Amino acid sequence: MSLLEITDLTVGFDTEDGLVQAVRDISLTLDEGEILALCGESGCGKSVTAMSVPRLLPPDTTRLSGSVKLDGRELTTLPEPDMRHVRGKDVSVVFQEPMTSLNPSFSVGYQITEVLRRHEGLSRRAAGDRALELLELVGIPAAARRMKEYPHQLSGGMRQRVMIAIAVACSPRVLIADEPTTALDVTIQAGVLDVFRDLRDRLGTAIILITHDLGVVADIADRAVVMYAGRAVEQATVTELFANPRHPYTLGLMKALPTAAVGGRLAEIPGMVPSPLSDPDECAFHDRCPRVQVDCRVSRPPLVRQAEGHLAACFHPGGQS
Amino acid sequence: MLWFILRRCGSAVIVMFLGSVLIFLGIRALPGDPATVMAGQEASPEVVEAIRQEFGLDKPLPAQYVDYIGQTLTGNLGRSTQDQLPVIDIIAERLPVTLELSALAMLVAIVIGVGAGIVAAVRRGKVADYVATGFGLAGLSVPHFWLGLLAILLFAVTWRVLPASGYVPFTQDPAQNLQRMILPALVLGTGFAAILMRQTRSAMLGALSADYVRTARSKGLSEAKVVGAHALRNSLTTVVTVLGLQLGALISGAVVTEQIFVIPGFGKLTVDAVLTRNYPVIQAVVLITVIGYVVVNLLVDIAYAFLNPRIRLSGGSHD
Repeated sequence: MSLLEITDLTVGFDTEDGLVQAVRDISLTLDEGEILALCGESGCGKSVTAMSVPRLLPPDTTRLSGSVKLDGRELTTLPEPDMRHVRGKDVSVVFQEPMTSLNPSFSVGYQITEVLRRHEGLSRRAAGDRALELLELVGIPAAARRMKEYPHQLSGGMRQRVMIAIAVACSPRVLIADEPTTALDVTIQAGVLDVFRDLRDRLGTAIILITHDLGVVADIADRAVVMYAGRAVEQATVTELFANPRHPYTLGLMKALPTAAVGGRLAEIPGMVPSPLSDPDECAFHDRCPRVQVDCRVSRPPLVRQAEGHLAACFHPGGQS
Repeated sequence: MLWFILRRCGSAVIVMFLGSVLIFLGIRALPGDPATVMAGQEASPEVVEAIRQEFGLDKPLPAQYVDYIGQTLTGNLGRSTQDQLPVIDIIAERLPVTLELSALAMLVAIVIGVGAGIVAAVRRGKVADYVATGFGLAGLSVPHFWLGLLAILLFAVTWRVLPASGYVPFTQDPAQNLQRMILPALVLGTGFAAILMRQTRSAMLGALSADYVRTARSKGLSEAKVVGAHALRNSLTTVVTVLGLQLGALISGAVVTEQIFVIPGFGKLTVDAVLTRNYPVIQAVVLITVIGYVVVNLLVDIAYAFLNPRIRLSGGSHD
């Protein structure tokens, strides 16, 4: 049994224009100590999929079906008070925007000790000592001084490290990192990724890394799920995915990666993502796909096994040679 | 932090100085010569000149101002033209009454306004929100005098549960005092509560959709902590600002409310003084009001600093 099992997860939101389907029929698993990348462009449903685990989606407008099991325990139907024991303890989140995700009115120390006192029942002093250790663990110099400081006194990279310290404070089983490096300088990105790797190695934390950056995926992830228009279109280990990408969308993403080569325009995928309001019975990628055939417009390709541990949803997958 | 408070106190003193200059010049700019008025229509020029000299009115304006501010600082605000009582004594008698009324009204406003604002924001789009917003609109639209009369009719005439008017000093009989102050405080506090409710609601709506509130939820904190600590702390700046700005409305509201409930307070004193052209009293009342404003704004600034570390630390020794 995997640590985390998501089965047939479908998530929609009630909006003024009707029900918007953000995620459709996603199934994935996550093992202990594994780093799983959820990748795809903005709006493909990768964040919504991940935020369904700790149930951090707006409760009034979210329509969710399917199953999310942590250690065999169903989370989608767990009563809210029990869910609050899961959040921050078993499942924690590092958000994309370190600038706005910390509360400007509370000191760094308070924001870390708060979660320790909530879940570990530590005294103020014990929580303070632990928070100091955590700041050192995530690589913040002069941690004792930083404890008393406020978010506006820290740089973006430092704030993200504080966010990570909060997220890992109670040694979570699953850490969700939502574009944790997007808002940071490239030099700081590498440092933050090192912190994640280190946590996985030391604490065995399983990490869901949400990113649109295939460079980050190649750098740190063990396995990757590529999403397009709310569906998983390809799933494989990172080595397999980069060696034999099957889905034309994955191929397009890889071609769109900037390289060090001089000159030339960055490759792009033509066309637009289909509206999440409609769900016709066809391949969502067909009108942008270079390999499109008649059958792509008639029915939706299922996610099928291409090789050992490699799934792709395409009638005409590439790279079999 | 200390440096910040000192700086703010410094600017408060400057504002009070400018205020006193304006009051001083304002009185001098009024048409008519006080010496002529005091001497009477039939007085000879010699008498007028003597009066002028006696009151220092022949001195140049700056010298007159120094006299005035010197007298004011030593507590001499002149004598009322109505009953010849020292103005300072009259104010010492009336001001506490209004301070009590304002404090009670403010308490009513904070409890009802901030409470309802939080509930409305948390229950946005639900019945509680519509009820609170509806009452807020009504509270803003209804004038004090009408609400006051209605309250007297209802509580004092129809139900006979509270006295209609009058005042008993707190030191004399606290129970009687509160019994008579509760209606005026409610009436005065209602409009104030409505404004606070609307501002709290919108500030809380902003805070509740902020990323840091999502972070607080992701920590598994209870809704009470998410709303009451993380969101509210960041909304309080707005609440404090509105409190400070609305003080003026509170004073003018007190004038009307005291008139209706026949409370011998600062507001009633102001109205009476204006109606009888009692210049020494008007002058003192305006000065006290200015000082009140400046002090409240000073307190608001200091409260900001306590609430917002960005202000607190920028003025300090920190880098």
